[in-house]
Amino acid sequence: MALNSDDMRRLAALARLELTPEAEGPLLTQINGFFTLVDQMNAVDTAGVEPLAHPADAMGEAVTLRLRDDIASEPASEATRDNAQRSAPAVERGLFLVPKVIE
Amino acid sequence: MSVIHEWSVAELSRQLKAKAVSSVEVVQHLLSRAQTHAALGSFLHLDSDGALMQAKAADAQRSAGESRPLLGVPIAHKDVFVTRDMPTTAGSKMLAGYQSPFTATVVQHLSDAGAVSLGKLNCDEFAMGSGNENSAYGAVRNPWDTRRVPGGSSGGSAAAVAARLVPAATGTDTGGSIRQPAAFCGITGIKPTYGLCSRYGMVAFASSLDQAGPMARTAEDCALLLSAMAGPDLDRDATSLDVPKRDFTLTLDQPRVGATADKPLKGLRVGLPKEFFGAGLSADVNAAVQAALKQLTELGATLVDISLPRTALSIPVYYIIAPAEASSNLSRFDGVRYGHRAAHYSDLIDMYQKTRTEGFGDEVKRRILIGTYVLSHGYYDAYYLQAQKIRRLIANDFQAAFQQCDVIAGPVAPTVAWHLGDKANDPVANYLADIFTLSTSLAGLPGMSLPAGFGEGGMPVGLQLVGNYLKEDELLHTAHQFQQITSWHNAGPKEFVL
Repeated sequence: MALNSDDMRRLAALARLELTPEAEGPLLTQINGFFTLVDQMNAVDTAGVEPLAHPADAMGEAVTLRLRDDIASEPASEATRDNAQRSAPAVERGLFLVPKVIE
Repeated sequence: MSVIHEWSVAELSRQLKAKAVSSVEVVQHLLSRAQTHAALGSFLHLDSDGALMQAKAADAQRSAGESRPLLGVPIAHKDVFVTRDMPTTAGSKMLAGYQSPFTATVVQHLSDAGAVSLGKLNCDEFAMGSGNENSAYGAVRNPWDTRRVPGGSSGGSAAAVAARLVPAATGTDTGGSIRQPAAFCGITGIKPTYGLCSRYGMVAFASSLDQAGPMARTAEDCALLLSAMAGPDLDRDATSLDVPKRDFTLTLDQPRVGATADKPLKGLRVGLPKEFFGAGLSADVNAAVQAALKQLTELGATLVDISLPRTALSIPVYYIIAPAEASSNLSRFDGVRYGHRAAHYSDLIDMYQKTRTEGFGDEVKRRILIGTYVLSHGYYDAYYLQAQKIRRLIANDFQAAFQQCDVIAGPVAPTVAWHLGDKANDPVANYLADIFTLSTSLAGLPGMSLPAGFGEGGMPVGLQLVGNYLKEDELLHTAHQFQQITSWHNAGPKEFVL
């Protein structure tokens, strides 16, 4: 199934990307070209196969992943905050600035 | 002093230990070479002041009696590792001028081991590419033929090591990004088992695939670096493996159990997947790989025919899963907390869109769109879930193969390095060239590339070795033994040696 221009514009909107009309055509050709490769996946019988989301899941019982305690790992301080915000495009009094959202 | 840049990490380590040379002298020499060869495009940031400061500190520690193998040894980092004291771009305009609030674990480990960082190395944008032509800061050139690509995405790392600008560098491998540029540039590189090196501080591309590893001229040097880089990072990376730190240099010179000094690989069964030697493999690469396999048998190894039946399927499976994870990971770039922000916009949504449209390059946008599509309602099961199921079958195929062999060997890529621009407008052609490296990444297995001769145009050919989980020691041992009877790893591009 090939994607069309409407699909492409919908995906771009979901991904928060703008596509120029000039870029859209070649992109559509490239992505549809890629999906002809993907079609060979359809022929594979995967009934009863457990999806593998992560390699650790294929490494056997020797490997277990874990979660750490849900606590802040950095000390709460102005220095920590300033460090975290050192590359922020717009900051004022420790807050990230964004365009007005509520009138 | 002109031979300094010809020294391997191991040789540098010996010379520094013998105080035949100081770290400051080595660093000054290499910084000057990096400037001389800036046209290669391998460095994105040369940290001259910082490197000299670190070298002075290393020399002072040496005078005080310290002697660690990497103390004072200069290296450089692929620019996807974040660094507190140097800019990090990930090859993207999105991160132009970005200064990370912290340093990646792998970088910190190497620094703690005494290595001196010269700077940051060019790569494909967010590590997405096989030719290093997707960097927002310009292509990297292959030192063996500057009209050709160095491979990707760790192209800057491979070119810098091959051109003797640094003895070793860090790289990352998501679908072949250490192994393929190592092959294209005639150096040695290893992608360890997924989770062996911490991902903390690696700019995320595809989190279930991304893995760091060393790139150097020899297997011995890779062993030295990997011993420092690897190790558990349990509080900072949820996928870091809880396995004890190992010294990979200890076993390099030992014969295998039951083997002898003249046949050190006796008992090693080397599996040759028939799917790696089919119609798609070019004759020059095949000839070099066959000769290398023969040399493994001279060391005592036996060759076994095996099959990895879903090798061709690894391409669509990888190029579904990696973009899916990338589209999710790259949603963090919104122009709010860090990175580029568009100068002009009408409202918040418009700011996101203009920021991302300006900040990302074409290949990154393509993969975000593919990822968005395969994760979207109505397509998730057909594409993403089906890909994950086939990923399981691919991992199972390897385990079946490892019933018959200890390591798997084959080519790294179907051809030698192509010319700049040849595949620039054809993403699918780039994807197809990854056929021999993707399945290893999907399964999370360790794989390495080592120099195995030359092909068309005098360009280097790599031999790929793949091991079972956590068998890095076996790969490095096999590669090191191979390098004791071959000299491909000592060959360098003539404009860049002595």
